Amino acid sequence: MLVLADVGCGYGAAPVLDGISVRAAAGELVAIVGPNGAGKTTLARVVGGLLPARRGTVRIDGRDPARTPRRELAHRLAYLPQRYEVAFPFTALEIVLMGRYAHSRGPGLDRAADVTAAQAAMVRCDVETLVDRRFDTLSGGERRRVLVAQALCQGARLLVLDEPTAGLDPSHAIAVMAALAAERDRGAAVLVVTHDLDLAIRTADRVIVLAHGHVIADAAPAEALATPAVAQAFGCELHLGELRAGGRFLVAR
Amino acid sequence: MIASFLAGGARLTPARLTAVLACCVATCALIAIVTPLCGTGLPGQGLELMSPAAIWSDDGDSTIYWRVRLPRTLAALLCGAALAGAGCAFQAVLRNPLAEPFTLGVSSGASLAAVLAIRLGLGSALGGAGVSAAAVLGAIAAVVIVWRLARVGDALPPATLILAGVTVSMFCSAASLAVQYSSDFADVSRMLRWMMGGLEWTTYATVARAAPAIAVGALTLIVLGRALNAMAAGPEAAASVGVDAGRTQTLAFGAASLLVGASIGVAGPVGFVGLIVPHALRAVVGPDHRALLPASMLIGAALVAVCDTLARMLGQWPVGIITALLGGPFFMLLLVRGKRSADLWRS
Repeated sequence: MLVLADVGCGYGAAPVLDGISVRAAAGELVAIVGPNGAGKTTLARVVGGLLPARRGTVRIDGRDPARTPRRELAHRLAYLPQRYEVAFPFTALEIVLMGRYAHSRGPGLDRAADVTAAQAAMVRCDVETLVDRRFDTLSGGERRRVLVAQALCQGARLLVLDEPTAGLDPSHAIAVMAALAAERDRGAAVLVVTHDLDLAIRTADRVIVLAHGHVIADAAPAEALATPAVAQAFGCELHLGELRAGGRFLVAR
Repeated sequence: MIASFLAGGARLTPARLTAVLACCVATCALIAIVTPLCGTGLPGQGLELMSPAAIWSDDGDSTIYWRVRLPRTLAALLCGAALAGAGCAFQAVLRNPLAEPFTLGVSSGASLAAVLAIRLGLGSALGGAGVSAAAVLGAIAAVVIVWRLARVGDALPPATLILAGVTVSMFCSAASLAVQYSSDFADVSRMLRWMMGGLEWTTYATVARAAPAIAVGALTLIVLGRALNAMAAGPEAAASVGVDAGRTQTLAFGAASLLVGASIGVAGPVGFVGLIVPHALRAVVGPDHRALLPASMLIGAALVAVCDTLARMLGQWPVGIITALLGGPFFMLLLVRGKRSADLWRS
């Protein structure tokens, strides 16, 4: 579904990403982790077609996202940016409904099907009680969940989310990841950029570790995060453990 | 209660859109009917309302109504709709509540071109429309220059755009002053008169010249309503839900410039309408551009018609002075209230 081969790109003269080769298949939840400035957001923007690759190829279902018309791309790919600031006092429901933009044409009002899809996505992200609240008056965590709902209601088969759990309390972070896992189970490919290594190890099928614009690990979570190079890149020790009740956890020291 | 219904709700429902449009159309229609009937007898005699029956009589009242006041009201309605619609579009695309034809240098560009046209004696060219035509060209030229200056790659960052607008605006104002300084007295008075903005020489021909451009610009913006909503979160966020952000910016910018150019061609620079009308209405009808754009156009039309009638009754004042005198304090009120509720300068 998603194939990056030897991708290089950046903003100025210096490359931010160099020689990135990554794949994501349908029904797979992939976490992208790495220290600050590793190039995670840049990678998400390249996949989202917002930043063209200078070198190598990026393909979503065989097409270059940077050259696909945005409306068409929005049917295949939902992208949640890291920063999201809205200039006018839209309500939470209006923000989620923007995710349905590609599904209807012309200047008309939202169709009943779009409203239903938006409300269903809000229920999955536990923000259905916020429908008529102004987006700009919500807390950081509430905003984040509203935006995940916007990405979910787009109905795309590839989801790229840049820090969907930033600013969320633990129970809501788990709930959002569960909603994304449900998307994966429905056959979507889900790419999540995150700093929460513990959450990554619990929910992801695979973890890609970026450092200085390179992929330094790409494997099953426990395997990827256990390599010495990864601990060195993060500059701290990563302790993997098993819970008695089953399941793994990770602590950084 | 009506106000809370118009503003309330989680989204723009058909019922709310219908209610918003019905209120605005009714307001606009009422103003369009009443303002041409308003006038003064001799100067200083106060309001004198023409009876509707007099319109259809054979005397002087009928001539005043059909030949003088009606075309002038139509022109005021058109200009108001154009300026408020353009202001609303500029604010949406630039995500900046301060965006307005004046802050973007469009009006100064038009003024400079008009001043130059008067200086070069082109006032009587094109059947008397020489100055208007020059102003339209000046507005478009200013937009193109500001657009080019502000463009960073494919993006149009609001900060650089406002900066470019202010730069072009200051340059054009200085150049206008230079031209005025080197002109003779009669030309300077004509230039100043033009720059104050006014509708007293309006004919049906003026209206007919401006109407098609304003119709095209207004319809383009209304069709873009949904895309403009998504643009409120910035071009990248809009692109990620399927909006062609570059094309939307270009179309909205082009349509808004067309509206401003056409309006300036008719009435000269009329300030504050594009700033205040969308701003005030956003608090009443909400931020959804599918309602906000048509509502702004209708209420902007009504506002300029009322201001122009006041201007006419005060003894042929330029309408630009009235809009600025009413608009300035109103904007200050918004600012003071906004500061208190932290409503205006959010984000």
